[in-house]
Amino acid sequence: MRNYKNVIAAYSIMIFLIILVGIFQSWSIALTILNYCLISAVMTIGANIQWGYAGLINFGIMGYTALGGLAVVLVSVEPVKKSWQVGGLNILACIWIIVAIIFVVKFILNRFDKSKLRNYSVASVILGGIILLRVTAAPGIEAIESVDPAKTGFLGGMGLPVLFSWIFGALLAGGLAFVIGKIALGLRADYLAIATLLIAEIIVSIIKHEEWLARGVKNVIGLKRPAPYEIDLQTSEWFINLVTKFNSSKLNLINSISDKQEALNQMVIDASSVYVKLCFTGLFLTVVIILLIVTQKALYSPWGRKMRAIRDNEEAASAMGKNIVKEHLLIFILGSAIVGLAGAMMVTNDGLFTPGSYRPMRYTFVIWVMVIVGGTGNNFGAILGGFVVWFLWVEAAPIALFLINLFTSHLPETNAVRVHLIESAPYFRFLVIGIGLLLIMRYRPQGIIPEKIIKQ
Amino acid sequence: MDFLNAIIVLFNFTVIPALAYGSQLALGAIFVTLIYAVLRFANFATGDMMSFGTMFAVILTYYFQSLGFGLGFLPTALLTIPFAILMMILYMLIIDKFVFSYYRIKKSPPVQFAMVSVGVMFVTQALIRIIIGPSDRRFLDGEKFIIKATEFKEMTGLAEGITLKSTQAITIIVTLVVVSIMFWFLNRTKTGTSMRAYSDNEDLALLSGIDPKRVVLITWVIAGILATIGGVLYGLDKSYRPFVYFNNMLPIFAAAIVGGIGNPFGAFLGGYVIAFAEIFVTYAYKRFISYLLPEHLEPDSLLQLLSTDYKFAVSFSILVIVLLIRPSGIFKGKVI
Repeated sequence: MRNYKNVIAAYSIMIFLIILVGIFQSWSIALTILNYCLISAVMTIGANIQWGYAGLINFGIMGYTALGGLAVVLVSVEPVKKSWQVGGLNILACIWIIVAIIFVVKFILNRFDKSKLRNYSVASVILGGIILLRVTAAPGIEAIESVDPAKTGFLGGMGLPVLFSWIFGALLAGGLAFVIGKIALGLRADYLAIATLLIAEIIVSIIKHEEWLARGVKNVIGLKRPAPYEIDLQTSEWFINLVTKFNSSKLNLINSISDKQEALNQMVIDASSVYVKLCFTGLFLTVVIILLIVTQKALYSPWGRKMRAIRDNEEAASAMGKNIVKEHLLIFILGSAIVGLAGAMMVTNDGLFTPGSYRPMRYTFVIWVMVIVGGTGNNFGAILGGFVVWFLWVEAAPIALFLINLFTSHLPETNAVRVHLIESAPYFRFLVIGIGLLLIMRYRPQGIIPEKIIKQ
Repeated sequence: MDFLNAIIVLFNFTVIPALAYGSQLALGAIFVTLIYAVLRFANFATGDMMSFGTMFAVILTYYFQSLGFGLGFLPTALLTIPFAILMMILYMLIIDKFVFSYYRIKKSPPVQFAMVSVGVMFVTQALIRIIIGPSDRRFLDGEKFIIKATEFKEMTGLAEGITLKSTQAITIIVTLVVVSIMFWFLNRTKTGTSMRAYSDNEDLALLSGIDPKRVVLITWVIAGILATIGGVLYGLDKSYRPFVYFNNMLPIFAAAIVGGIGNPFGAFLGGYVIAFAEIFVTYAYKRFISYLLPEHLEPDSLLQLLSTDYKFAVSFSILVIVLLIRPSGIFKGKVI
């Protein structure tokens, strides 16, 4: 039981901090932070499965997150019929060409022995295929992108409810992980890190520049939501009654009727945004709890022990007859699928898909800091890391601003140093995260909540 | 005549820019590879360290300009490089003392080093943004062009011209000088030999009396020189923007691995391989072909293999292919 005390204490502090934000800033901000903490927690669970359970470095988290976001667009947006009419055929043809290339390459690789000729023929098939693809796709893409470019100019999605996209995002990310895993998993640890980092960059650049797919850098806005819209809430009677009930004591203090109405309106507007965020919190919390239960079960199952054995000593595990390549691939897919799920959740939460915002700093390295800080190999630790680091990431700027003002209060308002420091307050988050990571790596390399092995 | 024009088009739009860009990548790649060979880790703070050195050069350039110092037709930044290098080496040594040395003594696995370098990356990036801010800065002064296209056309009477920017010429010349001095140092001097010995077999090197502290110190000094010069040259040629430097780390890694990580000469060539591939694949050959073909056969499309948006993707694909076919790089690297 003593072991759980740490966990409970750490989580209580975290909840307390978020409540403090609610009291001092606003409940809406506190809930936004909480929602992002929960999304980060899902990402860290995914990264932790790969790094903590199996010791695989995946610096491609950004790529899977972006794919998850793409899934939301592909699943939930209504299909653009006109685009399909003008260019759908070309795109479908391209998919068939890609499939054909893959089969031809596979055939050549299986049929012939390793030789220079084989390499050249594979290369020429791929090159010829790419040229064929471009020739086939170009008129279609041009036609699609010119269909009402200000609003659509892409193929649209399937028009399904948005929650399906979470599953689809996970599948998409898992599928990509299968391909990448086949290519890169044999590499040494730091090579794998670099390779995954670069592959993620390729994926994001494809999503950014293929405008027929998801409008690229032109962004997709107004995505569907699994929660009610604020504007509907503000006009529905039951919600107004609910708000009146909650705030009756405050409202009773106001005498004039017009003032009362105005105060109530303001309260309804505030409460509607809080309500919507609470809906998201409920959804995200459900996902986190389900994932936590599943991953905890897996960690202490025979499968989890096998993974740890492989992580700690590959040769010994291999000598015991464990198929290391297969297990690594499996865990790479599982972890990536969870990250893809998180990416879909994030886009759903934001209601917009902005491929330009996917940067490795924010979506790969910060997530890694979360895993390392929280505790590798321990799911409670990883989730806590997601909470702590995201909280710091958001709140570092206001705290830095406060401290700067405190320490430079003796300087005049127009002092160059003071003005410069206040302008650069947002960048103190990098400093806080970096120093935090370095300190944790040095003095508590196992993380805030270390891995715990239950002897059975 | 048409044939000459075609060659000149190709030369002007691909070969010259690729040589300049390749030189900048090569300096970065040698930096990565040296750290990898001697200190044995993949340094994810590479791009930001280059940016950090460049930042000093930018600030000093502004300061010198305000004092009225300058080099006439050459950019003032060249004058500031030595000072920037000193600051950069100082910063690297401080980082090494407080961060990396602990893990080196503990003989931590490379993965842990890589994570620590991510921490250094965050801190460096924060310092840069706090000191100079994230905005785009141009600090090039002096003569902009050595040969202008119009002058070249008048001189030769051809329809196409060659433009040679002074920054491109400076980049290529400075890179060649710096790299040849470095190779001379690594291959011909006693210190350089001891560095190579340390990189090849640490235990044997220690046994034969090589002082590890000295080797590490010299490595950081060379790294500081390469990082700063590479960064400043890139900044002069394009512009100085911290975010772009972070992104440049990726093709630099690609260059180092393609050349065979741990092998400085491979990294040097790897830089050019990546640069030429990026530019040749994303160049639109329409103008080039239209000179070679008879008039009625002139192509309609741009004849571009991939759009320039995929510039980075090309270098990464090359890297993936190299990792698949020959993981030790084109020129055998030291480790895998």
